[in-house]
Amino acid sequence: MSLQVDDLCVYYRSLAGDVKAVDGVSLEVHDGEIMGLAGESGCGKSTLGKALIKLDTRMRWVDGHVTLDGRELPVWDDAAMNDRRYADVSLVPQYAMSALNPTRKLGRMARELLESRGLDFAPVKPELVRRLELVGLEQSVLDLYPIEMSGGMKQRFVLVLSTLLNPSLLIADEITSALDVSTQKAVAEMLVGFRDREFIKSAIMITHDLSILSQVANTILVMYAGKLAEKASTETIVEAPRHPYTRMLIGTLPEVGVRFADRRLAGIKGRPPSLLNPPEGCRFRDRCPLATARCAIEPPYRSCGDGHLVACWEAAA
Amino acid sequence: MLTLDHVSVRYKIGTFGGGSLLAVDDVSFSVERGSVLSLIGESGSGKSTIGRSILRLVPAQSGRITFDGVDVSTLHRRELKEYYRHVQGVFQDPFSSFNPIYKADHVFATVREGFFPGLADRDWRRKIEQALEAVSLTPADVLGKYPHQLSGGQLQRLLVARALLLDIDVLVADEIISMLDASTRIEVLNLLGDLKARGLAIVFITHDLSLGNYISDETVILKKGRVVEAGPTPEVYGHPEDDYTRALLAAVPHLGRRWT
Amino acid sequence: MSATPVVFEPVATPKTSGRSETVYFAIRNRKLVVGLSITLALLLFALIGPAFARHGPLVYGGDLSWAPTTRSSHWFGTTLLGQDVYAQFVQGLRLAFIVGTLGGGIAAIVAMLVGFVAGYRGGIVDEVLNMLTNVVLVIPTFALLLVIAAYLQVRGIMTESVFIGITSWPWAARAIRAQTFSLVSREFVDMARLSGRRNLRIIFQEIAPNMSSYLFMMFILLFGGAILIATTLDFIGLGPSNTISLGMMMQLSVQNAALQLHLWWWFLPPGLALMALVGSLYVMNVGLDEIFNPKLRQL
Repeated sequence: MSLQVDDLCVYYRSLAGDVKAVDGVSLEVHDGEIMGLAGESGCGKSTLGKALIKLDTRMRWVDGHVTLDGRELPVWDDAAMNDRRYADVSLVPQYAMSALNPTRKLGRMARELLESRGLDFAPVKPELVRRLELVGLEQSVLDLYPIEMSGGMKQRFVLVLSTLLNPSLLIADEITSALDVSTQKAVAEMLVGFRDREFIKSAIMITHDLSILSQVANTILVMYAGKLAEKASTETIVEAPRHPYTRMLIGTLPEVGVRFADRRLAGIKGRPPSLLNPPEGCRFRDRCPLATARCAIEPPYRSCGDGHLVACWEAAA
Repeated sequence: MLTLDHVSVRYKIGTFGGGSLLAVDDVSFSVERGSVLSLIGESGSGKSTIGRSILRLVPAQSGRITFDGVDVSTLHRRELKEYYRHVQGVFQDPFSSFNPIYKADHVFATVREGFFPGLADRDWRRKIEQALEAVSLTPADVLGKYPHQLSGGQLQRLLVARALLLDIDVLVADEIISMLDASTRIEVLNLLGDLKARGLAIVFITHDLSLGNYISDETVILKKGRVVEAGPTPEVYGHPEDDYTRALLAAVPHLGRRWT
Repeated sequence: MSATPVVFEPVATPKTSGRSETVYFAIRNRKLVVGLSITLALLLFALIGPAFARHGPLVYGGDLSWAPTTRSSHWFGTTLLGQDVYAQFVQGLRLAFIVGTLGGGIAAIVAMLVGFVAGYRGGIVDEVLNMLTNVVLVIPTFALLLVIAAYLQVRGIMTESVFIGITSWPWAARAIRAQTFSLVSREFVDMARLSGRRNLRIIFQEIAPNMSSYLFMMFILLFGGAILIATTLDFIGLGPSNTISLGMMMQLSVQNAALQLHLWWWFLPPGLALMALVGSLYVMNVGLDEIFNPKLRQL
């Protein structure tokens, strides 16, 4: 078992109270697995990803445990996490390619990063160059400034740099979102390639784009309003989803060749509930076409088949 | 109705405008009433620049843009304002399109000041209510609120409502759904489809090929400022002739189909 | 750039209005409270103080070099030349505020004009204004003032303020131009243009109000800067010729060897007052930055 998360709760402090961004999440990621973490904005997926590496000072760990490769990750302690970051669990944050220091050449940035971890750059450099060439970047990019590179090139560089020390778990937060469709494909396939070559043991790919996940992820986990809605293998989620939210979300994606004139797709009316004071019971209740009186009690997140977990009274029946 | 004839747009860059960047290179197409034309391309393809030149926010160096026979590149002040009664735009980032220090209805007030100065309060309110109804928004939900209190979907629809206040003929929709969630995206797209049925011409700028296919009648594929392929949407998607188009279509992730 | 990732949708939370949130943070911010209190205290002193002065600031009295409180009417003592230090002090304090307001105000207005127009128009207008800014930036102000001093027989506080105003605006203009650039690229400016709004109205109605906190802080910096520049000019003898200011007090005290003669009451009050005033202004500014910038707020 690579990663195990037990009942993790992470809140944000605000003037009006605590925003319960991640409210009791448990999951497992096995070695060799690419898990897609899908959901819309505000559902808590980015928070969950960042909580596993404790890299955001605004969030507050409240409850729960995280274990990686048998050892506990001290996700409540910023200083203690420092030893595990980059070496055991690494992150490619959102907007990573815009976060490259514009005044540093890439080679220098890589050197400073490694030296900050107490490692010498010289012995690592050949491996860095080898991996850059693997993703289609020449050694000469180390002498370039970020502004001289395209978005796709920067994203590929960031991916290589984040996985240089072969972390056990890579958290990839919206790594394909700001890219053109052809670069998206290249970067997503790169992630799979890294896993296949064992540069990383497993990955969590956070995105709102279910279509991309259907191409590269082994399992998909759908989050809604701070809680888990459904988890299953990619085939199951795409072909036989059980949670009404997952079903409606899939319904918003035009299949090959669907046109407005022939068949109108349906969106999901309404908005997610406030996470300041989440409602009792199932959080999707207000927008769900299958909601009944039973949904006033929060449905348990439990198994309904082989590796298929759902939090819904109607679906589990 | 709206026609582009060999339009080119050059940006001046460098000190004293010494260098230049050709963003749009000899592009021609036309949009008719009651139809949606998609401008599809990756970043740097010039699609946004074309949209902005139609809206006269950037000047075109060569070629003509004609609306109902009138060349719009020469319009100034009053005539330009008249043009804006017929052609309006909505942009990508809903939170950037609203001035954060004013309430969201500030955009309505600006339109009223510019185009309906003499209109009575009661008539203006009715106009707003009609426009909001056309975009499926409840006045009580969105009026009197600041932009940060509304969602991206509501803000985009407010901007479409603003355009409808003017009884326009052409709407330039520049990536208007890219920053919205999947569930709201479809609702806004369906709204565009309904407006098309009412006779509006829409220039739908996007990089998302599947949504372009969903909503448009005509498609123009752009690469580095040039038109690579153009034609009725089913033709372009079903029988692409250009290699670039084929490569783009192959890279789109579809739920039911694996990348080859 | 192709589509950026999906924006964090603000969920329907009951939010306190912008203004009361600002007040809440303002009261809690120690730097702002301390800085503002000191500045206001000095201002009050400058306004009311002169009413209590028993002697005119430039009047040569009979008591020379008396320490404070040895003579009941000279609370701050007298100078080597028999002048009342208290009277000079409050007069100088008043002048400091005047030169700060006038000099800082003129600089702020010029900076805004240049910065807004350059940032909004861009292109050749921007290039020309940039050149102008750079030229004014590198003009040696002391040399210029020496030349002016040679031609003007009497220089008052007004002249000094205007001079400071027209030479200290370049850095502020640069900063305003940069901010304007970033705001102009926001789409609400395009929306205003699509509504037929004229350029000038867009600048003053859409752009400037967005920068109001920035402009406010800039004014405070220009205010403090003007006081400092005036003090420096006064200290080297280029100050107003018909009155006394804090900088001039320090100049005269050094010229008359007050340090060596241990006449500490002559140079210490003006020096401390200037330090307190300018220091508290800068501290206030740092506090304001924390209040206006949500990312710096401590919860």
